[in-house]
Amino acid sequence: MFVGLDMGGTHTDAVLIAGGRIQRHYKTNTDQADYFGTVTRALEAILAGINPSSIKRLNLSTTICTNAIVTGRTSPVGLLLEPGPGLNPAILACGQKNFILSGSIDHRGRPASPLVEAEIKAADRELQQAGIRHLAIVGKFSTRNPEHELGIKEALSPGYDFITTGHRLSGRLNFPRRVFTAYLNSAVAATYSSFAAAIKTFTAKKKLPFAPDILKADGGTLSLEASLSLPVETILSGPAASIMGALALVPTSQDAIILDIGGTTTDIAFLAGGVPLYEPQGINLGGYPTLVRALFSYSLGLGGDSCLRVKEGRLTIGPDRQGPARALGGPAATPTDALITLGRLDLGDKAAARQGIAELGDKLGLSTLNMAAATLQQMVGEIARQSRALLDKINSRPVYTVREVLAGKQLHPVQVIVIGAPAPVLADELEAAFGLPVTVPNLAGVANAIGAALSQPTTELTLLADTEQGLLTVPEEGIREKIPAGYNLDRARNRALELLRERLVRLAPEVAGSELEVVEEQSFNMVSGFYTTGKNIRVKVQVKPRVTPLKGDADDV
Amino acid sequence: MYKAARRLGLVFFPAFDWAISPTHPEREERLLYTQDQVLEEGILDIDGIYEYRPRLAAIADVERVHVCVPDVMSRVTESHLIAAGGAIVAAEAVLKGEVDKAFAIVRPPGHHAMRIVHGARGFCNINIEAIMIEYIRRHYGKKRIAIVDTDCHHGDGSQDIYWHDQDTLYISLHQDGRTLYPGTGFLNEFGGPNAYGYNLNLPLPPETGEEGFLYALEHFILPVLADFKPDLVINSAGQDNHYTDPITNMRFSAQGYARLNDRLQPDIAVLEGGYSIEGALPYVNVGIILALAGLDYSGIREPDYSPARVAQSPRVSDYIARLCDETYQAWQQRETLRAEYVRDKKEISRRRHIYYDTEGLMETQEETTLVCDTCGGLTWIDSRTDRGRHILAIFIPRNACPRCQEEGHALFERASAGAYRDGIYLQDRVADQLLKK
Repeated sequence: MFVGLDMGGTHTDAVLIAGGRIQRHYKTNTDQADYFGTVTRALEAILAGINPSSIKRLNLSTTICTNAIVTGRTSPVGLLLEPGPGLNPAILACGQKNFILSGSIDHRGRPASPLVEAEIKAADRELQQAGIRHLAIVGKFSTRNPEHELGIKEALSPGYDFITTGHRLSGRLNFPRRVFTAYLNSAVAATYSSFAAAIKTFTAKKKLPFAPDILKADGGTLSLEASLSLPVETILSGPAASIMGALALVPTSQDAIILDIGGTTTDIAFLAGGVPLYEPQGINLGGYPTLVRALFSYSLGLGGDSCLRVKEGRLTIGPDRQGPARALGGPAATPTDALITLGRLDLGDKAAARQGIAELGDKLGLSTLNMAAATLQQMVGEIARQSRALLDKINSRPVYTVREVLAGKQLHPVQVIVIGAPAPVLADELEAAFGLPVTVPNLAGVANAIGAALSQPTTELTLLADTEQGLLTVPEEGIREKIPAGYNLDRARNRALELLRERLVRLAPEVAGSELEVVEEQSFNMVSGFYTTGKNIRVKVQVKPRVTPLKGDADDV
Repeated sequence: MYKAARRLGLVFFPAFDWAISPTHPEREERLLYTQDQVLEEGILDIDGIYEYRPRLAAIADVERVHVCVPDVMSRVTESHLIAAGGAIVAAEAVLKGEVDKAFAIVRPPGHHAMRIVHGARGFCNINIEAIMIEYIRRHYGKKRIAIVDTDCHHGDGSQDIYWHDQDTLYISLHQDGRTLYPGTGFLNEFGGPNAYGYNLNLPLPPETGEEGFLYALEHFILPVLADFKPDLVINSAGQDNHYTDPITNMRFSAQGYARLNDRLQPDIAVLEGGYSIEGALPYVNVGIILALAGLDYSGIREPDYSPARVAQSPRVSDYIARLCDETYQAWQQRETLRAEYVRDKKEISRRRHIYYDTEGLMETQEETTLVCDTCGGLTWIDSRTDRGRHILAIFIPRNACPRCQEEGHALFERASAGAYRDGIYLQDRVADQLLKK
C-alpha cells in the first residue's frame, strides 16, 4: 500500500492506494498555524485500522518551507560571499549580516586569488556577537572547485547550528541563484528541522517501518534524513505532485499539455514525449530565483473561484479570488456559479449562483444562460491562449549546436490532460479552445495526492573532468579527485553513473535499482598554442524521473 | 535582482559541434568558458536581457552580399549560415523594437570575407555583419549605417564589401598591417571613387594600451560618427586586442572593451575574432554585455589584470595622437580629396592580389568602377585564381542610377561566356538577385 499526502495552501489531500486503486481519500483544511497537526490529522484518518507493516511507501509534500519564506518567518542568516571580480555583488546581500570576502576561483576551478583569514575571523566575531546561528557560504565558481568555500567554513568557530555551502546545492553554474538558494536553505533550516523531528516521532509512534519521503518540485522525492540538510528542496512541490498524478492517471509517451484547474489558479505544464519539462534554471520563490530543480509549471490567475466582473463593457475573470462561489455564500459570481447555472454542477444555493450570473448578463445584454456559457468560453479561451504563448516561448529556447539548429526540435502537443475539481465539466469547452483531444481522468480531483503517493526518489550529479589539470570535480558530493592524462568521456560517464548509484543507495536505498540516465555529455579538446593539452569533459546524470503507474505495474500498488 | 537600464537581446551561438580543425583557434572550445562565465554571473536572469535562438541565414541573404564561386553551398558550412542568421536575429530584435541593443556572440567570424569568395580567409568564409546589414536594408528600408570594427586584424573583407558605398561608413581600429595579418588597413585605403572617405583605417602600433584605444575612440571615432550621423552603429566586436591574445601584440582589457562600448553605444555588436579563450573572452564578453545593458561593469576584471599589463609608452601615445589627427583631417577634407582623386576620369580601375590563407590560394582581381555622382557606381571584377578559376562578377549597387543599371545588364549580356570558364555573375542589388551564366 502506498500513502500520499499533498499539502496545499488551502487544502491538504491524502490518499491510500492499494491494488492499483484509490482505497481511501481524505481532505482537510490546511492549518497555517499548525502544519504538523494538519499532517497528523490527515494521516490518522487515512491510516486508521491499517496494519503499518503493509505500507510500502509514505510520501509527503509540505508547504512549511514555502510558507516560511513567503511570510518571512525565517531565521536570521549570516551570508559569507566570495564573489571575486564580476557583477556588483551588493544586490546579493540578502542575509541579516553579509560579508564580501576576498579570494576568487576562475571558470576552470583554479584559485585566482587567495582567501584572507583575517577577514573571515572578523566576520566570525561579528556573527558570534550578533548571535546568528545559521550561515550560508557561497563562492563564485565553487561548483568548479569547492576548496575556498570549505576553507571559509573551517576558519569559522565551531558550533553554528546550520551552515549551507553553495557547491552542495547543485552542479549548475549561476552564482546569484546559488547565493539565494543557500540563503533560503539556511533560513528555513530551523523551522523545517522541528517539523521533520515531529513527523519522525509520529511515524515511529504509529509503528511505520520507515520514515516518510518528502516531495520535491522536480516530481521526485528525497528521504526525510536527506531533506534535513537540504530543506530548500521541499519548496513548491505542489504543482509537481499534480503533474506526476496526471502522468500516473494518463500514462503517455507523446507531447502533451497538462492543466490543473483549481480554485484560484490554473497551472499549465508540458510533457515532451511523455516526460515532464523542467524549469531551465530552477524555481523562483518569494522574489528569489533559485537553483532548486523543478518541473516547469506556469500559474495563471484563473480558476473556479476567480472573481467575475464587468469592466468597460467586457467580462474579466480573476486574477483575484474574493471568496467561494456565490452558490456557497461568496461575495462575487465565479466560473463555478456559471457551471451551476448551466446545470453542470450540483452544488450549494443554485438560485444565488443564477442571480450572480444574471447580474453580469444584464450589464452585457446577455441572457443568464448565454452569460454563463460565455464565461466558460472566455475562461478556457484565456487558458488556451496562455498555453500557446508558453509553447512559443519554449519552442524558441536557444540551442548551442549546429545539430540542434538543423534538427529544430519543437514541442507539438497532441493532447491535453486536465485535472482539478472543475476538469470534467469543462472538457467540451477545452477541446474546442485547444483543438486537441482532452482527457480528464476519473480521479482528476485527487491527482495531486495520487502524484504524491506514486512519485519516486530522484537525484542528479554533475561531473567535470579537466585532464589538463588532472582533476575531476563532482560538486554535489563534494568530490575533487585526481585523474590520469588519458581520461576520456567514456570513463567520465561511467564514473558519474557509479557515483550517482552510490548517492542513490545512500539517499534512497529502497529504490537503489532505479534506472539512471545521462542528461548531457560533452567533451572539448583544450588547446594551448597549437597543441592539444587535454580534455574538458562535462557529464550530467540523473535518476530517470518516473511515476509508478497506477495499474499494471509489477509492484502491487 | 539586477535590472538592465537598456533592454539587450543576446544571440549566443557557440557552435559546440563545429571546428575548422581540431586544434585550430576557431574550434568547439572557443566560447566554452565565455558560456561558463555568462551562466555563472547569472546574466541570463537579468531583467531586461533576453536570449534569442539563432536561425540559418538563407542562400539569398548570402548572395545579396557575396559572389561565392561556384556557389554558396560549396563555400560555407551550416555553422557559417547560423552565425550569419544569428546576427540577423540580433538585428531584427533591435529593429522590431523588442530590445534597445543586441549582441550576437556567434562563431565563426566574417570580417575578412570579401565580395568574391573563393575560399576561407582569416577563419572567415562569409561576412556575417554585411549579410546582416544588407538584410536590414532589404527588410527595414534605407539606412545610414556605421561599422566600427574593433578587431585587432584589419577587416579587409568589410572594407572590400563597402568600398563603393557612401551609406556605410567603415571605421577599423587594428594593429598596424606591417606587423599583422592581413597586412592592409592604411589611411590611403580611403574608399572607392564614389565613396571616397567613407572607409577609415586607424592602424595602431603594436603595444597600444587601454589609453590608446580610448583616445582613438574619443578623438577620432566619436567625432567622425557625430559628423556622419548614422541611423545604426554596428560594432564588429573582435576581442583580440586583449593583452592575453596569443596571435596579436596589443594591450587592451575587458574593462577597456566595456568602456569603449559604453561610450560608443553601438545598436548591434557582433563578435569577430579573439582567441584568448580562457583569459580574455569570458571577461570581455561579460564586460560588453553589461556596458550595452547599462549595468555596472566596474567589477569586471581578468584574474591576471594589472595596470602594467595595459600601459603604453609615451612614444605610442604620441604616435596615436598624430594618427588620429591626420585621419580625422582627411575625413573632413574627403570632398576635396575625392575631386583630386577622380578628376575627369570616367572610370577607375585597380588590380589586386588576394590571399586565402586557409587554402593557400591566390586570387588576382582587376576591378573597374564607373565614376558616378549619383550612386555607388557600376563595378565589375575579373577574378582569376592560381588554381585556374576565372570569373567575371558584375555588381549593380543597391542605390544604382538608371545608367549604372543599364550598363550593368548590358555588360552581363555582352560578356562572352567562353572568356570566363567558371561563369559570369551579375549581383543586381536593385532587383535583389544574383544571376549567373
